[in-house]
Amino acid sequence: MDIFLFQFFNLDIMRQALPLILDGAKMTLLLCLAVIPLGLVGGLMVATGSISTSRTSRILTKGYVDFFRAVPPLVLLLVIYSGLPFAGIRLSPFMAVCLAFFLNASSFYGEIFRAGVESVGKGQWEAARSTGLTWMQTYQTVVLPQASRNVLPDLVSNTVEVIKLTSIASVVSFTELLYAADMARSVTYNTSPIVLAAILYLAVLWPVVRLVSRLEHRLGH
Amino acid sequence: MTGLDRFRDAFLKPELIERYLPDILSGIAVTLQIAVAVVVTGLALGLALAVVRSYGYRLVNAPVIVFVDVFRALPPLVVILIVYFGLPNLGVNIPSFAVLWLVLSLVLAAFAEEIFWSGLISVRKGQWDAARSTGLSHWQALISVVLPQAIRICVPPLTNRTIAVTKNTALGTVIGVGEIMNQGTSAMSLSGNATPLMMAAIAYVAIFVPVVALGSWIERRFAWKKA
Repeated sequence: MDIFLFQFFNLDIMRQALPLILDGAKMTLLLCLAVIPLGLVGGLMVATGSISTSRTSRILTKGYVDFFRAVPPLVLLLVIYSGLPFAGIRLSPFMAVCLAFFLNASSFYGEIFRAGVESVGKGQWEAARSTGLTWMQTYQTVVLPQASRNVLPDLVSNTVEVIKLTSIASVVSFTELLYAADMARSVTYNTSPIVLAAILYLAVLWPVVRLVSRLEHRLGH
Repeated sequence: MTGLDRFRDAFLKPELIERYLPDILSGIAVTLQIAVAVVVTGLALGLALAVVRSYGYRLVNAPVIVFVDVFRALPPLVVILIVYFGLPNLGVNIPSFAVLWLVLSLVLAAFAEEIFWSGLISVRKGQWDAARSTGLSHWQALISVVLPQAIRICVPPLTNRTIAVTKNTALGTVIGVGEIMNQGTSAMSLSGNATPLMMAAIAYVAIFVPVVALGSWIERRFAWKKA
């Protein structure tokens, strides 16, 4: 038991690693502030494309969504970060992570928004159009607000996944929370810094996970 | 040399494809083995936990709920690193593929428990009461009346979650599991060419595009029947 505590909950080592890990947490926060809006905006564009009256646009967005939902995010990130330089395109770790997350998250958010838009009754469209609103005005002010509310649990739950996923940025040496913790681990030969990082992830995400369960049960999913 | 030739030599060079095809194929075998093992143990453990929870003993339920919440909230890569670097320090040496299998199974079990549990509670109380009133035990009512109805409701979310967790097998490359991505990136650094990386990416696409398509099909099929 002592060995266990020494290896995983070593308070001395955690205290030493704390400044480094907090710096990492700041970078994770920054990353989230970049990739979540990117994913949401991309998702809205994807959803708009997938309900378009143009057949080409529907086929293209379906191909995009099916492809990027299937590729594991780490594979996508490594292809962008290590593969693109062979084509003369060298991205910083941050830019590579942003691009990979845009492609990945927009396809997941896109599917969620599409389901939301489809859940809004046709009567809403017709009633709004009959008052003289254009298609775009109807979409923005009548349909999207209802659509987003209908799929709120899925949006929140996908956002949790995106936040968790930012940990793979450590693989391309972006100095976020997990990278900082792993650096502290390799210096101290002790797992406690990663446990500390896990505690930080839990502190932020546990309440959200509880909220998602609550939302899902309330909306009768 | 035209631009297209240069592109081919950097990303899909025929000699390198030939040289590294066996490595990528062995990576595919490892990925598939781990994925299947994770799906079997993860779903079984998730179902077992949901059934345990259905008995409603508070002392047992609390740890189940904590386990489920923690593994839903933590990034899998964080857990993988804790187990991979932590266990040897405790004198427990398990191979890296076993670490990957163990962690992903626990993650899948956590999500599956939550899904099975909401399936179980979505079966109306009357079904339980009616089953028990005919003389069935709690266990018999669960197995032959409630679970068959619950599992049907669970299929679409469970399929999606299972696919999402099996895609995480790619994380094994970080701890040196010889799966597809690991084969691809090590061959890339050996050959100084992006061809093996592209082969690995193509292998993932070839495996997961059909799986995701199958998932959406199952989702739609079960959605219709519910209506």
